[in-house]
Amino acid sequence: MRKLHKFHGGVHPPQHKTESSCLPIAAMPLPKRVIVPLRQHIGAPAKVHLKVGDHVLKGELIGVADGYISAAVHAPTSGTVSAVDLHAVPHPSGLPDLCITIDADGEDRWIEHQPIDYRTAAPDAVRTALRDAGIVGLGGAVFPTYVKLNPGRQTGIKTLVLNGAECEPWITSDDLLMRERAAEIVEGIRIMAHLMQPEEVLIGIEDNKPEAIAAMRAACQGTNFEVAAVPTLYPGGGEKQLIKVLTGKEVPSGQRPINIGVVCSNTATAYTVHRAINHGEPVISRIVTVTGNVQKPQNFEVLIGTPIEEIVRRAGGAIADTSHYIVGGPMMGFDLTNLDAPLTKAVNCIIAASSALFPPAPPAMPCIRCGQCAQACPCNLQPQELYWFSQSRNFDKARAYNLFDCIECGCCSYVCPSHIPLVSFYRFAKSEINMQDREKIAADQAKEHFEFKKQREEREKQEKAARMAEKAAAAAAAKAAAAASGEAEDPEAAAKKAAIQAAVERAKAKKAETAAATNEPAETANTTEPS
Amino acid sequence: MSSPHILTPGSKVSTIMLLVLAALVPAIATYYFFFGPAILVNLTLASATALAAEAMMLKLRDYPVKFFLADGSAILTGWLLALSITPLAPWWLIVVGTGFAIIVAKHLYGGLGNNLFNPAMVGFAVLMISFPAYMTHWPTPLMLTQHPVGLAEALQYYFSGTLQGVNLDAVTMATPLDTLKTGLNLQHTVGEVKHMPIYGNFGGKGGEVVATMYLLGGLFLLRQRIISWHTPVSFLATLALVAAIFYGIDPNRYASPMFHLFTGGAMLGAFFIATDYVTGPTTPKGKLIFGTGVGILEYMIRVFGGYPDGVAFSILIMNAAVPLIDAYTQPRVFGHNTKTE
Repeated sequence: MRKLHKFHGGVHPPQHKTESSCLPIAAMPLPKRVIVPLRQHIGAPAKVHLKVGDHVLKGELIGVADGYISAAVHAPTSGTVSAVDLHAVPHPSGLPDLCITIDADGEDRWIEHQPIDYRTAAPDAVRTALRDAGIVGLGGAVFPTYVKLNPGRQTGIKTLVLNGAECEPWITSDDLLMRERAAEIVEGIRIMAHLMQPEEVLIGIEDNKPEAIAAMRAACQGTNFEVAAVPTLYPGGGEKQLIKVLTGKEVPSGQRPINIGVVCSNTATAYTVHRAINHGEPVISRIVTVTGNVQKPQNFEVLIGTPIEEIVRRAGGAIADTSHYIVGGPMMGFDLTNLDAPLTKAVNCIIAASSALFPPAPPAMPCIRCGQCAQACPCNLQPQELYWFSQSRNFDKARAYNLFDCIECGCCSYVCPSHIPLVSFYRFAKSEINMQDREKIAADQAKEHFEFKKQREEREKQEKAARMAEKAAAAAAAKAAAAASGEAEDPEAAAKKAAIQAAVERAKAKKAETAAATNEPAETANTTEPS
Repeated sequence: MSSPHILTPGSKVSTIMLLVLAALVPAIATYYFFFGPAILVNLTLASATALAAEAMMLKLRDYPVKFFLADGSAILTGWLLALSITPLAPWWLIVVGTGFAIIVAKHLYGGLGNNLFNPAMVGFAVLMISFPAYMTHWPTPLMLTQHPVGLAEALQYYFSGTLQGVNLDAVTMATPLDTLKTGLNLQHTVGEVKHMPIYGNFGGKGGEVVATMYLLGGLFLLRQRIISWHTPVSFLATLALVAAIFYGIDPNRYASPMFHLFTGGAMLGAFFIATDYVTGPTTPKGKLIFGTGVGILEYMIRVFGGYPDGVAFSILIMNAAVPLIDAYTQPRVFGHNTKTE
């Protein structure tokens, strides 16, 4: 058995897993229309390259990855593009985003599949295929997977960690996927391992999922992949926490796992990697848990773009006293503002909430410094200090107390006997600090421009004065020469000579000035000089 | 609403306060058993004063009165003060002490969660400095007096300031710590002083049992995870260690570590007062430093200072150091100062 390590803190919220984990993954009927957001990942939104009226096939590329950190999106079913416009999306901000709406033709006709033999293909070709298949981390962060699987200059990847911890209460989508499709997940892991060539492959699953652990262990027979049952402790599925538990290593603050030779990916992502490379199927569906206050909680395999309302209806619909819907788990999920929003790659769970299941928080009391938050914090932060500095807008202090190491897991708020919405305070402080930073950069740039301008004006003034002085000196010299030579020379000729001399000087000065100006790129680029 | 959407079931400030109050009950019951019903009168008046002062201040500060009264923190302050002073005192003593604790030490510093100094101990210090004479008459253990003070007598003394037919000195005495100090000043040895009837097996007669009950109550709070071990253990261990050193040097001049642990306010202070969240440090290392500081100061005040006991002053002094202690004992944050391979 592998020696497991511990991370500080953590909490044991009621699990509520069995509500949705007793039934197998079920299919959904084909929706009449799908709404596919172009931003379903971290990074730049995909670029649209079709227009209203175009016909698309299932799996056809409808949004191209735009830049390095981006991912492609595909048509989840065949049909006609009926709109390319802003539509409600499941996002904490509640703001609409650019989506492609496809009216399904009901045929669900696929594009031609183009599987790749990853063993013979160049690693870069496999990564490109992953990017073009729209593969992103399905654990929630939706970071483009092909970027993660690019070791870059980093050599000697030690560990590939597969995250099947699924530590959030209520969610069972990874659990069911591992139970039912373990062999395919392992195929995906093979591809990832082929790309990264790690020394070891560890699959971390919380020990509250014995069926998934057994299934994965069976599927890993004959490989050197190791399935590790990790203790059930929220947030044990947090990337950095899981790496700590499995390897004992801490990802340094502000860095990525790759910096310590570790790559971590979700088991559901490994499944999509397998589908994309071995079957040529892009990510057009995912497993989603529908649970909470619904008639028949269950996991469904749902096409991306299916309106969430339809998915809830598939689970028997919401029970009458449902007050709102949570996207994701109860610890880190957010309130859904519009049921019309479509399923995206990031959505692993939809919870119908009632005040019985999720009682509203009682009014907050003052912080009594009991320190329960500090005991629960998986990052070993001092949440009570961060709260103190955040609410008093003492942002420098908040930053100095490592506010930006906070992963917003919610453990502190969960244990707080004063019911203070601590995480909200941290989000507020983080966004304020980020805004201040941006403003500071802008102000610094403006200041620099202003000082350049002042310098230039000063120099121009000096040059002008020098020119005037020269001109006056030349005139005086000519006059003196004329006076000295008396009638020997024509005074008119002397004046002419002086004028020519002055013109030559002027030209010289101008030349010098233009030469100086080209050394000032900021000057020409600047369009927003402060007045 | 933003995440998280769930809270720990039953986790409330009032639950914490209630559990602390409950943990005091065995000690109070023993107190009653050994020293008579006067303590109940004192506790009642302290609670009433604390609630009235709290309500008044909340109202003046425009805070929701009912909501905050229900948190139980004011009653806890009243109880801790009542248990720290003699129950045989005129009524206004506890009223002045509790009133000062709640009005000045708590609310003028910003109310629940914001006060720098432990309110009960501020109240105690005010009484100790302003009315020292009243603070020294402690009830004699019932088994040592022919005139046990019943409820009627206690109330009578409470409100009239006199006891009919009984001399106050017949029913009160100095505390064991006080008696020891006086005895040592009269050039007696510790052994000689401890032969006096007020001493029990390892502390004061009766008092040592009450102290044991504080210890048990404290263990209950540890088990309930209301307090952490750091403060009480470092406090008591330091007190015992310093006492052991001096005891080792001269057992005739210095009392044993056991004696120091089970007399005066050591146990009450270690588990119920030094562990106050608001006025103590929050980091584990900070709690150890805090407890150690209180332990050293407590011994120094008891043995070399002008007061028989030093729990209140040592805690107040260390309270002042808490922001500094916290600032210098921040734990290593995940991913910081990791060993590089």
